[in-house]
Amino acid sequence: MTYIFLQHYWWLVVSLLCAILVFLFFVQGGQSVIFSVSRKEDDRAHLLEVLGSKWEITFTTLVTFGGAFFASFPLFYSTSFGGAYWAWMLLLLCFVLQAVSYEFQSKKGNILGSTAYRVFLMLNGIFAPFLLGVVAGTFFTGAPFTVDKENLTDIASPVISNWDSAWHGLEVLWSSPVNLLFGAVVLFLTRVLALLYIINSGVNEHLHKRLHIRLWTNSALFVFHFLLLAGKLLTIDGYAVDPQTQEVFSEPYKYLHNFLQMPVVAGVFLAGVLLVLFGILRTLLAKYKNGIWFAGTGSILVVVSLLLCAGWNNTSYYPSTTDLQSSLTIVNSSSSYFTLKTMFYVSLFVPFVIAYIAYTWRTLAKNK
Amino acid sequence: MTLLDTALIDWSRAQFALTAMFHWLIVPLTLGVSIIMSIAETLYVVRSKRNLQESERWKKIAKFWMTLFGINFVVGVASGLILEFEFGTNWSNYSWFVGDIFGAPLAIEGIIAFFIEATFIPVMYLGWKKLNKKFHLASTYLVTFGALLSSYWILVANGWMQSPAGMTFNPDTMRNEMTDFWAVALNPLAVNKFFHTVLSGWVLGGVFVVGVSAYLMLRIKRLDNSEENFVMARKSMFTGAIVGLAATLLVCITGHDSAKHVARSQPMKLAAMEGLYEGGESVGLTGFGILNPNKVSYNDSINPVICKVAFPKMLSWLSFGSTNAYVPGIRNIIDGGYIMPDGRTALSFSEKVERGKMVNEALKEYRNALKAGDTDKMKVHKAEIDLYFPYFGYGYLDKPEQIIPSVPLTFYSFHIMVALGILFIITFAITLLLIYKRKLQIAGSTWQKWFLILLVLCIPLGYIAGQAGWVVAEVGRQPWTVQDLLPVQAAISALDAGQVQTTFWIFASVFILLLAAEITIMVRQIRKGF
Repeated sequence: MTYIFLQHYWWLVVSLLCAILVFLFFVQGGQSVIFSVSRKEDDRAHLLEVLGSKWEITFTTLVTFGGAFFASFPLFYSTSFGGAYWAWMLLLLCFVLQAVSYEFQSKKGNILGSTAYRVFLMLNGIFAPFLLGVVAGTFFTGAPFTVDKENLTDIASPVISNWDSAWHGLEVLWSSPVNLLFGAVVLFLTRVLALLYIINSGVNEHLHKRLHIRLWTNSALFVFHFLLLAGKLLTIDGYAVDPQTQEVFSEPYKYLHNFLQMPVVAGVFLAGVLLVLFGILRTLLAKYKNGIWFAGTGSILVVVSLLLCAGWNNTSYYPSTTDLQSSLTIVNSSSSYFTLKTMFYVSLFVPFVIAYIAYTWRTLAKNK
Repeated sequence: MTLLDTALIDWSRAQFALTAMFHWLIVPLTLGVSIIMSIAETLYVVRSKRNLQESERWKKIAKFWMTLFGINFVVGVASGLILEFEFGTNWSNYSWFVGDIFGAPLAIEGIIAFFIEATFIPVMYLGWKKLNKKFHLASTYLVTFGALLSSYWILVANGWMQSPAGMTFNPDTMRNEMTDFWAVALNPLAVNKFFHTVLSGWVLGGVFVVGVSAYLMLRIKRLDNSEENFVMARKSMFTGAIVGLAATLLVCITGHDSAKHVARSQPMKLAAMEGLYEGGESVGLTGFGILNPNKVSYNDSINPVICKVAFPKMLSWLSFGSTNAYVPGIRNIIDGGYIMPDGRTALSFSEKVERGKMVNEALKEYRNALKAGDTDKMKVHKAEIDLYFPYFGYGYLDKPEQIIPSVPLTFYSFHIMVALGILFIITFAITLLLIYKRKLQIAGSTWQKWFLILLVLCIPLGYIAGQAGWVVAEVGRQPWTVQDLLPVQAAISALDAGQVQTTFWIFASVFILLLAAEITIMVRQIRKGF
C-alpha cells in the first residue's frame, strides 16, 4: 500500500461515512415534519416511535464520521473546527438538543413539557441538515483561512491555522450561494427520505395520504434545488492541485473535468441520481412502500461521488479563499503513512459492523 | 496575527473543564448501572427455569435500572459529542500537533464501541417482548461491553496525553506521528487509567444503587405492593453493595498503581497532590492536612501546611515501592539536581526551558534548510531536534510558576477522593452485613431509618469522589495538554476570548437545564418503585 493510495482510500471512507450520515439524516427529515404532517397525537407518536429507534445510529455515525475525519485528515479538523467556530458550535447545539429529546419528551418531570422537546427535535431536523449542507458547500467554494506551520516555532503566536473572518464560520451563509444551495438540497433530501421511510414503516390510510402530499412538494423542492446545484457545480471554477509541486490553482470547470476524468465516479453519480428519482417516483405514482431503499442507496451514491469529486483527481477539497496555497488537499492534510495504514486495518471492521447492525435490525423487525 | 491572550486560554480551559466535568457526572453512572442491570438480567434468565417468582423479581429489577440507565445515557451521548468537537473547535493546534496519534483512538472508539451501544440499546429497550431471553441478555451484555470498550479507547487517548509514547516528531510536517500503535494502545498508564476509571464508575454505580434502594425502603409504605418492592429493593441493595465493595477495594489497588505511574511520569502532579514543596527520602503520606493560604511562592520560607497528620514513609513506599525512596517536592522539581528513578539527574526548570528554546531554534533552522533544500543542514538540525524534543513544550514557558498546578485544588481533591473511598468501603461492608444478618426489615427501627438516610446521602458523595479524581488527574497536569510537549497556550485555537466566553455560558445553561431535567425525571421514575 502506498501513501497516496491510503490517502485516497481514507478520503473514500470519510466520504462514505458522510454519505451514510446524509442517508441516516432521514431521522432529522422526519423530525422536521413532526408538526406539519399531522395534528393527531397518535400520528405524531407513531412518527416519533419510528424515528426514535434509529436516532442513536445517526448520532453514532456523526461521531464516527468526526472521529474518522480527525484521525485521517487532522489538518481539516484543526483548521475548520477551530476556524468556522460558530458553524460547528451551532451544529453541535442542534445535536445536543436531539440527544435528550427522544428520551425526555415522553417522560414525566421533564421540566419543559413534551412540546418543547418536540420543538427541539423539529429545530434539529431543520437546522442540522441545512447547516451540514452549507458547511459541505465550502468543500467546493472554499473558506477564509491561512495555514502556516512555521507558526509553531513562534512562542507568542504558535497557532498554525488561522481564520481570516471575524464571523468565524457564520460567513458561510453569505459567502457563496452554492453553500446555501447545498444546505437546501440536503434539507429537502432528508425530508424526502424521511417521508419514504415513514411510508415504509406502515402507516394508516389517513397518515399515508398526508405523507404522500408532502412527498410531492418536498420532492419538487429537492429536485429543483438539486438541478440548480448540479448545474452550478459543473460550471464553476474549481481548485486544482499540481501533483508534482502541490501548488493549488483555480481551474475553470474543474468539477465537470473531474467527472469526465473519473468516469466510474460519474457513473456512480448518475446511478445515484436515477435511484433517488426512481425511489421517489415509484412511491408517488404507485402504491409502493419500498422507495426508501432505492432513494436511500441513491443518496449515498450521489453524496459519495460528489465528495470524491471534491477530493480526488488532484483537487483541493477545502480551498482557502484568502491564501490559495493554504488550501487543504488529501495529500497535505492527511495523517502519516503509519497512522493511515493502521487505521486501514481498523476500517476492515466496518463491514462487520454494518452486518451485525443489519442482522439485529432484521431480527427486531421480524418479531414485530 | 494577534497575540493569544490569557483570557482566551482561561476561557478555553474553563469550557473544556465544564464539558468534561458535566460528562463525568453522567458517564460513571452509565458504567456502574450497566454492570448492575446485567447482573440482574442474568439472574432473571438463570432462575427462570427454577424459580419463576424469583426470576420475575430480577426481571423487574433489571428493567427498573435499565430505565434509569436510559435517562442517564442520552445526556452522556450529548456531552460526549461536545467533547469530541471541542478538541477541534477550541484546541485546534493540539489537534494538528498530535492528531496523527490522538485521532486514531477516537475513530476506533466510534467504529467499534459506539456502534455496539447504538445498535443494542434500542434492542435492549424494545426487545423484551420481541426477542428470546438469551438474545435480549446478549444485547444487555453488549451494551455494557460497548460502554467499557468506549471507555478504553478514550482513556487510551487521555493516558497518551499524560504519558506520551509510540510516536516521533516529524519536522517536515511539524507534528508528532505515530510509530508504534501498540505502544499507544497498551500504554501502561492508559491501561491503569482504564481500570481505575471504570472501577470508579462501578463504585458510583454501587453507591447509587444502594442509595436509591435505601430511598425506596424509606418510602416503602407509599408504594403499591410494598412487600414485593421491599424485597426487590433489598436485592438491589445487596447487588449494589457487592459490586460497590469489590470495585472500591480494587480501586485502591489501581489507585496505588496510578500513584506509581504519576511519580515517574508526572512528579509535579504528585507533589501537588501531597502539597509537598520540599521532598526528600522516606517521605510520609498526608492523611489529613490543611494548607497554609499564606504560602504564595514555591521558594518562600513559609510552611506549606498549617497542620497535618501523616503516615511515615508511606509516600515513598506508595510512589516507588521503597520506604527510603526519594520523592521530589515542587521546589526540587524546579531546581533539579536530584537522582530520578531511572538513575539520571533531574534537570532544573531553567535547564529544561533552555533545551526547549534550543529545539525551537533547531526547528526554525531545519525549516530554513528544508526550504533551501540543504539536506546536510537538515540532518544536523534534525539530530538536535531529536535530542532535545522531550523538552519541546518548555520552550513556550519562561517562569517556573507556570509548571505548578493549583496546589490547593489538587491537594484537597486528592484527599477528598481518598477519604470518600474509605467511607464507601465501610458503608458497603456494613450494608452487606446488615442484609446478611437480615437486619433490614420492612417495619424497621429508628436506627435502620437513619442508616438508610445515610445511604441516600452517600449518592452525592459518590459523584464528588469521581469529580475529585478527575480534578486531580487534569488540574494536576496543568499546564500541559501533552506532558512536557505542549502547554495549553500552544494548544488552543486562535479565537476571541469573548466568543469562547459566549459558548461557555450557552453550554453552562444547556447543561444546567439538562441536569435539572434528568434529575427530576429520574426522581419521578424512582418514586414509582419496581
